[in-house]
Amino acid sequence: MSTLVFVEHQGDQLSKGSLGVLAKAAELGDSVDAVMVGGTEVKALASEVGRYGAATVYVAEDDALSPPLPQPRVDVVAKVVGDAGHDTVLFSTSVLAADVAGGVAARLDAGLNWDLVDIVRNDDTLVGKRLALADSLMVEVGWRSEPRLALFRPGSFEPVERGGQPQVLTVSVELEDHSRAARLVDQVVQPESGPSLESAEVIVTGGMGLGGPEHLSLAEELAGVLGGVVGATRAVVYAGWSPHSTQVGQTGKTVSPKLYVALGVSGAVQHKVGMQGSQTIVAVNKDPRAPIFEFCDLAVVGDVHTIVPQLVELLRGRKGS
Amino acid sequence: MKVVACVKCVPEGRARLDPRSRRLDRDGAGEINAFDRYAVEEAIRIKEASESEVVVVSMGPDPMAEALRSALALGADRAVLVSDPGAVGSDLIATSRVLAKVLERENPDVVLFGQQTSDGAGAVLWAAVADRVRLPAISQTTKLEIADGAVRATRQTEVGDDVIEAPLPVIVAVTDAINELRYATLKGKMAAKKKPLDVLTLSDLGLDPSTAGDAGSKTEVLGIGDPPARANALRVEDDEAAAQVIVDFLTERQLV
Repeated sequence: MSTLVFVEHQGDQLSKGSLGVLAKAAELGDSVDAVMVGGTEVKALASEVGRYGAATVYVAEDDALSPPLPQPRVDVVAKVVGDAGHDTVLFSTSVLAADVAGGVAARLDAGLNWDLVDIVRNDDTLVGKRLALADSLMVEVGWRSEPRLALFRPGSFEPVERGGQPQVLTVSVELEDHSRAARLVDQVVQPESGPSLESAEVIVTGGMGLGGPEHLSLAEELAGVLGGVVGATRAVVYAGWSPHSTQVGQTGKTVSPKLYVALGVSGAVQHKVGMQGSQTIVAVNKDPRAPIFEFCDLAVVGDVHTIVPQLVELLRGRKGS
Repeated sequence: MKVVACVKCVPEGRARLDPRSRRLDRDGAGEINAFDRYAVEEAIRIKEASESEVVVVSMGPDPMAEALRSALALGADRAVLVSDPGAVGSDLIATSRVLAKVLERENPDVVLFGQQTSDGAGAVLWAAVADRVRLPAISQTTKLEIADGAVRATRQTEVGDDVIEAPLPVIVAVTDAINELRYATLKGKMAAKKKPLDVLTLSDLGLDPSTAGDAGSKTEVLGIGDPPARANALRVEDDEAAAQVIVDFLTERQLV
């Protein structure tokens, strides 16, 4: 088996999700390589990728490849797989990686299984595990031909540092016409503010069910007494109640704390993909049919405005005693 | 201009997996997948701003055709449904192959997709279709402007917003943040009954049955395992007792 992992980076930071997939790939198989695409910063990151388990790191670096656009990356990945003959190509899901994987699937006429949470090997067969239908069901999926492509939920695997010095190979690719058609003309990176959601052990998230920005204090107080950090849904961020740096979800942070408390959060897919890796999820929502109740551990159907102040009071009393 | 909105029709209400075929049960009444309605809405908004033709394209069994009428009622001009027993069970690459054929036939300027599906989660169909028809594609779009033969799109990412420009023709996947949905009027519903709804087979598209459906797919469902533990959450519905229940729960799990 020879596996290629698409490794993403943000500035000089390697994506934790990608490194986790690299660790899983090393567990699966004989040879594990990585491919990285970007501007001139990429080569410096390549040796770091080697420490996390890649024997060879294929690097495509060019100013033209620096903007985070998927289609030029499809050209690069397809070329690496075409030349080196990897039988398995793995991605950690992100806005960018999902589009790259979809394009590579079409280009190579290869099967793509997505939203996987695990993968196991039986001799030369791979079986992917996917939670389906609001996570009520575990489905096993397979591939009928090679290369096999897979997208994993972020946070499915922990990175493992193994040491080792990778072979770094530069790839040069003639981009397809349609891959050069889209241009990045502006990029607004939202500044980080407040404590880090990604490293928090407890997160208390407020949704539109709080009723107004003045009630975000409920989340803040509960986070305070639990020693946690406040998160927000996309709708709350769009409404201007909280900055983008607090957003949990597909176009925000992907988090996996020990405890995730969702207050007045409906649990739309957008939000769910960013927090479903949490170890324990407690949800309070007055709508008994809120989707979040289908993927939480404790479902509290009720009014956050009544319950949260009582909860804060009880927890304070508990600490005091 | 011609705008195509690609939509998936899903069973009304809660999706279920057919235990025998291991596929989503697609019998009975259908509706347009919730996220794809934003693609239809955006297409109609483009039409209103620029006198475009809006074509809704879907693939699925015949009964789903009625679901496409709902898009016609909102203002789409016509619908195309690829319905063929040979297309049943298509995975990503088979579906993208069929849709690419429809797009080659329609030759649109703008192709819109919804960002997510309510039954299969996180699909990336637009990216596969874009590679097949060799068009630029922009996903996670929260704002879309069209002028001078090009689009300017705002794509929301994990860290902020990217503004991306691409010449027409282009493929755009929109999120549910891009617009507010409208409701069909009675007049719209009446008009929808007379609008064209073409049902095409694979051979109409010049596709060999071996390239679509289960036969043309490269992935498969092998089995259904045990439901994960989280499927059975502890539930409390009493406001007065709730706070204490939460404290006990957190204590038991050693989280406080």
